[in-house]
Amino acid sequence: MNAETNATGRSALTPFTIVSGIIVIIGLVLTWLRFTGGLGAVTNLDHNNPWGIWISFDLLCGVALAAGGYTTTAACYLFGIKRFHSAVRPAILTAFLGYALVVFALHYDVGRPWRLPYPIFLSQGTSSLLFEVGLCVFIYLSVLAIEFTPIAFEWLGLKKLRNIIHGWTIALTIMGVVLSTMHQSSLGALFLIAPNKLHPLWYSTYLPLYFFISSMFAGMSMVLFESALAHRNFHHLMDTAHREESDGVALGFAKACSWVMFGYLAIKVLGLAVEDKWAYLATGWGAWFLVELVSFVAMPCLAYAIGYRDRNIGLIKATAAWTVLGIVLNRFNVSLVAFNWQLPSAERYFPSVMEIGVSVFVVTVGVIVYRFVVTRMPVFYEHPQYKGEH
Amino acid sequence: MSINRRTFLGLLGATSVVAATGQAAHAAGTHHFEGHPGAKGVLFDATRCIGCRKCEEACNVVNELPRLDRPFDDLTVLEAKRRTTEKEYTVVNQYQTSRPGVVFRKQQCNHCQEPACASACFVKAFYKTPEGAVVYDASLCVGCRYCMVACPWSVPAYEYDEALSPRVMKCTMCHPRILEGKLPGCVEACPKGALSFGTRKELIDVARQRIRNYPDRYVDHIYGEREMGGSNWLYLSGVPFGELGLPGDLGTTSAPELTSGALAAVPVVTGLWPILLTGLYAISKKREKREKQDKEAAVAAALKKAAEQAEAKLASELEKAEVANKRRIEVEVKNAVEQAMKAKDTESNEEAQS
Repeated sequence: MNAETNATGRSALTPFTIVSGIIVIIGLVLTWLRFTGGLGAVTNLDHNNPWGIWISFDLLCGVALAAGGYTTTAACYLFGIKRFHSAVRPAILTAFLGYALVVFALHYDVGRPWRLPYPIFLSQGTSSLLFEVGLCVFIYLSVLAIEFTPIAFEWLGLKKLRNIIHGWTIALTIMGVVLSTMHQSSLGALFLIAPNKLHPLWYSTYLPLYFFISSMFAGMSMVLFESALAHRNFHHLMDTAHREESDGVALGFAKACSWVMFGYLAIKVLGLAVEDKWAYLATGWGAWFLVELVSFVAMPCLAYAIGYRDRNIGLIKATAAWTVLGIVLNRFNVSLVAFNWQLPSAERYFPSVMEIGVSVFVVTVGVIVYRFVVTRMPVFYEHPQYKGEH
Repeated sequence: MSINRRTFLGLLGATSVVAATGQAAHAAGTHHFEGHPGAKGVLFDATRCIGCRKCEEACNVVNELPRLDRPFDDLTVLEAKRRTTEKEYTVVNQYQTSRPGVVFRKQQCNHCQEPACASACFVKAFYKTPEGAVVYDASLCVGCRYCMVACPWSVPAYEYDEALSPRVMKCTMCHPRILEGKLPGCVEACPKGALSFGTRKELIDVARQRIRNYPDRYVDHIYGEREMGGSNWLYLSGVPFGELGLPGDLGTTSAPELTSGALAAVPVVTGLWPILLTGLYAISKKREKREKQDKEAAVAAALKKAAEQAEAKLASELEKAEVANKRRIEVEVKNAVEQAMKAKDTESNEEAQS
């Protein structure tokens, strides 16, 4: 494949390489500033607001949107929905890159990144939800790396190794679901410890459940969204099976998302009822809560259902982007907007340009690696040697 | 069942690896903790504090904190609201309250009985000493700042300007001094007896006594006795504590209890999911196999039927062909016979003529 892409004879200075090159250079400068001047030099974080967008976006959104890995593999391998097979490899690649970038971004946020293995190998703070998150993310990143290796091994022609790992598929898939259940929910549970800091509409004993359930449709929507982008840019790389199955995948995922979002809506309302928080809905915070719940959950839920009924792939793809946006909004609301809601506005946090720059840099690194992989390795097509092996 | 030995062993391996991660559950049990017996604490009485900042100065000295821009005898500092920082383990703020005049309140770590910071720390860098203080070990700290998120009073501060070795900084109740039998720096420096040092139990008795003796002077509540499971720093005040910036919506549930439910889900998930999912896999595999068998059977039946039909058709065609053949032969024979007869007739006629 690489011969094909390089042989087109085009200049290396495409708009993509220019823009991503500039972002990478800025990112490297920001990296220098961060590790010479400390967090204070690049972020707007302070003693009252210790977590900013590097946690809200890079960690919380990153992990939720990488959930396509466990949902797609579980659907295909465990539930036996074989027509999703062509979506598995792109989903595994996105999940692996997503988690790798989460860990990469954490190196900027924590004070002493080289100590990140401490909680796992040196001093285990087992009473901490963050310990559970850290351990699960560490193990799941390893699982994803192993799940990804057959793609790389096929590319490198290491047939024996590839076949050994391929035999582990079911075990790896089950581990993926177990680990994802735990850390997706634990990310929500992180905030259970601060009942007086998070607004009552977002604080709930159901937080872990909300985060886990929403990760399902977050992951599936991200797979659809990413597939829409891939069809635009890498259509020529896809084999006929991938192209033919793609509409079926979109319809199946749209139906699943619609049902899961409906369930999510139900437990959100249940949460309001159980904890008797109706009165808050009449406040300004209530209006914002309803914007999130109605405009970014209920409406896309309906749009997915209509898209499925009318077999409207365009609507489904647009709804996928809409849902992804809703997940970002939810994670930002829990960790930033409704967090520290009682502080006077002068003491609230807003990200600095440099913080946003680092987040953009991290995403760009992801896009570059993604491009490198899909233009070389059998992601959108089956390797001719292993055709039809499921 | 179509799970072969290899798949089964794989699943077993997956289950045990996941099970090994389940150890997080142990620390999560709901328990009732009354505090270490004999643990020390400090009682702050807001009706006695005059906002002289002597405690701040003493804190700065005994903890060898950096020099600040403005001297401690500059009381105009009190005009702006301050909070604890990495250079100030304690600050005194003044509040306009429902009573005339201003009321001062000292802020520092409250040294919870079941600290949120210690519960939240994923490397156990925070530790509740049996003597009462909550202390911090910078040699373990990764700098994730979850302790700062978790602290209900937002006490811990962070060295944001340290590039490579930032620490979380907070009051230690002068733990080293307590071990030497000395008073915490701030308590020793207070000229008005607004700070009293003793065991937590004694301090609660003292506080109750003061409320009983001067019911008009105090609000009938000891802040810190039960808030978030109780703390070793206790407060008395003449105005509601909310007016002194102390949150009143904390409840009495300790931080570890708030998260114990979520942690208890770990063994459930690790135990239930692998079994359930393996079952689901087996069901889908079996369904797939049955579908395949049904398909094969249907194909075989169809083929058989087609073959039978073809055979029958062939047989009937053959029969037809045979009949036709026979008839043709008969016709041929008949023709031949007729011709022969004709020839014979002509021959005999010719013979008769001659």
